[in-house]
Amino acid sequence: MTARTQSPLLAAPGRRAEEVGPSIKQRLAARGLDGVTLLVLPGALVLVALFLYPFLYGFILSFEPKEGGMFSNYARFFSDSYLYNTIWTTLRLAIPVTLLNLLLAIPVAFRVRLMRHQRLLTTILILPITLGTVLVAEGMLFYFGAQGWFSRSLMALHITSAPLKLTNSYVGVFLSLLITGFPFTFLLTLSYVTGIDPSLEQAAATLGAGPRARFRHVFLPLLLPGLAITFCLSFVQAYSVFPSAVLVGEPARATRVISIAAYHAAFEEYDYSMASAIAMIMGATQLLVVVLVLASRRFFYRGPVAGAKG
Amino acid sequence: MAIQAARFQELRLDKVRRDFGHLNALKGLDLRIRQGEFIALLGPSGCGKSTALNCLAGLLPVTGGSIWLDDRRIDTLRPEDRGFGMVFQSYALFPHMTVRRNAAFGLMMRGVPKAEAAKRVDEALAMVRLQAQADKLPGQLSGGQQQRVAIARAIVIEPPLILMDEPLSNLDAKLRLEMRADIRRIHDRLGSTTIYVTHDQEEALSLADRIVVMREGTIRQVGTPEELYARPAHLDVADFMGYRNRLPGRIVGREGNTAMLEIAEGARLSGLLCEETNGQGVIAVRPEDLTTAHDGAAGVPGTVHAVEYRGRSFHGLAIGPTGQELFFHTENRIEIGAPVRLTADSSRALVFAKEAA
Repeated sequence: MTARTQSPLLAAPGRRAEEVGPSIKQRLAARGLDGVTLLVLPGALVLVALFLYPFLYGFILSFEPKEGGMFSNYARFFSDSYLYNTIWTTLRLAIPVTLLNLLLAIPVAFRVRLMRHQRLLTTILILPITLGTVLVAEGMLFYFGAQGWFSRSLMALHITSAPLKLTNSYVGVFLSLLITGFPFTFLLTLSYVTGIDPSLEQAAATLGAGPRARFRHVFLPLLLPGLAITFCLSFVQAYSVFPSAVLVGEPARATRVISIAAYHAAFEEYDYSMASAIAMIMGATQLLVVVLVLASRRFFYRGPVAGAKG
Repeated sequence: MAIQAARFQELRLDKVRRDFGHLNALKGLDLRIRQGEFIALLGPSGCGKSTALNCLAGLLPVTGGSIWLDDRRIDTLRPEDRGFGMVFQSYALFPHMTVRRNAAFGLMMRGVPKAEAAKRVDEALAMVRLQAQADKLPGQLSGGQQQRVAIARAIVIEPPLILMDEPLSNLDAKLRLEMRADIRRIHDRLGSTTIYVTHDQEEALSLADRIVVMREGTIRQVGTPEELYARPAHLDVADFMGYRNRLPGRIVGREGNTAMLEIAEGARLSGLLCEETNGQGVIAVRPEDLTTAHDGAAGVPGTVHAVEYRGRSFHGLAIGPTGQELFFHTENRIEIGAPVRLTADSSRALVFAKEAA
């Protein structure tokens, strides 16, 4: 390296900075740009090819409708209740499911963090992720369907007189999303919960805080930012529900989610421009919820969750 | 009125046991602590001292025995119902609360009215000299400041007992000395009772009124720092008290409570007999008490292996007749490789029973 090492004692006060300054390479490195930065390139290319390009393509396509002006796709979406209601239908599924999953995941995570055989339980809980939505939906049809064991058992026990309508309905999709979404929500929550220094809880206990107060004053404030992230990621998954909405839902009415509307436009009406517009609206609504949740994080503490600096 | 420690007469540990599966971390601890005492639990890591502290705090349930605060049995209480102040090695400050709110936490849990709580918190922060940092978050403080917040948080609830788990081990040497003085000053000023866990005998000697030396889940000796320093009851306690030379040998002579040990052929040392022995013993001598002998005196021959100049004296390491390491001090410069004869005043050397291996 040809870097000129310059003692500050030797630099005359009036001298110009560039005469004694470090080389361009050093200055770039100081800003975090060096050879290693180039390793980002392949990833960036993949991102451009697989995400940015299709996104922009769809974005532009959505402004080139089959007929009408530039915004006619969007105008049509927001004037047709059959279309714009899908936003509400999807939110009505995704938000309660995500919230319920979080509410279930927190107590389970609090229990699991104390367990010695965490890994076994975690493995069992991960299984639904690996199974995929379709298999889960199929299992639900067999189990919860009108002729499934669940309804038949209830009827045999004379608890109900007619089969419960647990599939091909809102409840069906709700349950399927709960099953497939829970492990993901749980694992994220568990990592946030176990990330909190256990001595904080002990300190709170010695200071007189019972379990409820410890949760409220110590755990919850430290968990909230992580829970907000978990909510966002789980919500995005639930919001783009498609297979279960069709398989165990009522895709014509109660569970006509926004992705079904997009599918319908693309592959039944062959109106790719309209489908792109719906996809854009889907993305925008999703983004809106995520931004709202993340923005709320600024009301919480967001620093390290360990007691001390290592 | 100023912050004051709650009053009691005596804290009593009665055959306290703690098992982890097959591991007996505490094997029946008996200990009585009077109000106002500063007790150090001293021992190597794994000796059960932290387990004992956690059992006292209620963070670990005991698996046998009982703990009493006067007539009140406390080992069955939850930690939040015991009301002891605890200072953790990792500080365990709530990172999302300011210094003031951290310190006020215990008072908030007790439902102390805001105005009074604020007054007491101010007083506690003044005591640890952190008024200026009151509105900062723990992450903005140095390690020493964080530990002082932890101390303020523990004392503000006026606990009958303050438990400290190696509170200074994460601090640098200079800060440790400062904080040590602070901890003792606060203890004296509040009239509190403190149980302080440490593996540093210097810390224990300088802080405590009484030291409890532990080993493998049992108490080996309880005594004042002076007692422990001058007359450790067992070899392992002596080890902790700086008796670095521990030489096994055969007892060849006895006169009153002084015994003569033959360490090797022609190598003899005599010392105070501290334990009954069966003819075999170990003599323990501090390096500063083992010094070069005048010609002809009894002692242990050796060859100088290393010498360091330490200002007032030279610290040396010699190798004894059968390869023993002998740490000694001397006032005269000695060449490496030179033969020496080392001896100790018999009142400064202690003879213990040979430990069952």
